[in-house]
Amino acid sequence: MSTSGGPVQDWATDFDHADDEWAADPYPIWDDLRDRCPVAHSDRYGGVWLPTKHDDIAAVAYDTDTFTSRAIIVTHARPIAPAPRGMAPPISSDPPFHQGARRVLLPAFAPKAADALEPFTRAFCHELLDDLLASDAPDAAIGYAQHIPVRVIAKMLGFPADDADLFRTFVKNVLEGVDLPPEQRIANYMELDAYLERQIDEHLEHPRDDLTSFLLAAEHDGEPLLREHVQGTMALLLLAGIDTTWSAIGASLWHLAANPADRERLLAEPSLLPTAVEEFLRAYAPVTMARLVKADVEWRGYTMKADEWVLLPFPSANRDSDQFDRADEVVIDRAVNRHAAFGLGIHRCVGSHLARMELRVALEVWLERAPSFRLTDPASVTWSHGQVRGPRTLPVSIG
Amino acid sequence: MQVRVDQERCQGHGRCYSIAPEVFDTDDIGNGVERGDGSVPPELEERARLAALNCPEGAVVVIES
Repeated sequence: MSTSGGPVQDWATDFDHADDEWAADPYPIWDDLRDRCPVAHSDRYGGVWLPTKHDDIAAVAYDTDTFTSRAIIVTHARPIAPAPRGMAPPISSDPPFHQGARRVLLPAFAPKAADALEPFTRAFCHELLDDLLASDAPDAAIGYAQHIPVRVIAKMLGFPADDADLFRTFVKNVLEGVDLPPEQRIANYMELDAYLERQIDEHLEHPRDDLTSFLLAAEHDGEPLLREHVQGTMALLLLAGIDTTWSAIGASLWHLAANPADRERLLAEPSLLPTAVEEFLRAYAPVTMARLVKADVEWRGYTMKADEWVLLPFPSANRDSDQFDRADEVVIDRAVNRHAAFGLGIHRCVGSHLARMELRVALEVWLERAPSFRLTDPASVTWSHGQVRGPRTLPVSIG
Repeated sequence: MQVRVDQERCQGHGRCYSIAPEVFDTDDIGNGVERGDGSVPPELEERARLAALNCPEGAVVVIES
């Protein structure tokens, strides 16, 4: 996929996060920028800033006065978002509205709630491996990683599991199609909205014990949540809950397929897995977030204009040698690991406990059922484009 | 040793109560809280320090005695 702005001339002055080179391997790009141009700028997408040091990325994430979350996916358009909630509350909301919109969701995504879904997740991983182990050409992304978060979030929201293909289409359209013309993006959003409207109608008619009915009954500041608010939150949970975790599972399996010593160590020391999971999250953090500059501002010596984008590549923060020893190495028993895979500040990923559970269980079940595996052909692995990065095809040879 | 989770900084990453569950607990929204009055027995001091070092927000305060 080539981008509408043409090939990138210089990553410090003309970067494009939808470029093939960035998708295939962004780490050398970020390593180079941290050394020679720690806050880069590109004129693409109407102006984008790219801090790559942990300290600068954290400072933007914490500075909600200067940077708004009104839009968090860099595209050619600046969405006209309904204030104060934005398109997909709470990720698209700023303080003070943000706090209440987030508070509503937190108990449903607290560690206890994630733990309660573990048996379901484990059984589903086994089902997937039953099929995968019988396959002539197993693919760890297509046959395994991509299905796990889809099934779990569908169960939480009370959506039909059979709609999984549809959810992945929504994810691809919204999160990967960032370089599409605005008209095409709006058409894609309308399909998602129509689906969510049907689900809301159906849940209003037949309320039940799931997150959708919970949100439809929830209150914010003593008032029921607006239907548009619920719909935006459902869009967020559906989209953000899927390809992020799918990417983390896929990238971890990719690492283990290519690094037999790490795989053998985890087989010998299963209790190390939670520590290794944190290291996979650090080294292969899937999510780059974004903000918009609220108003013209001088920020740390950079002249930023209103409505310019700021990309927040948390995976680059996680590779910053000022923050981590051996930052460019995957050290599966790394004891001190203040990684920012789930973001920093008030927008910390609301699904982080769920994502960790899914990642740990997915790896546990895989290592139990398919302890010996390798990449069939490293060159045939393909990676997603856009702000969420993970393998989309991952052919493996098992046994 | 005493520990305290600064609730102004805590964003609920959950690293403290995962690493040192004997010292930290979670509240109903996933934020970390110190157990009891936050005093840490000697055999758990190293775990508590490790929990503090792993907090992405720097929200875990350790007061060495």
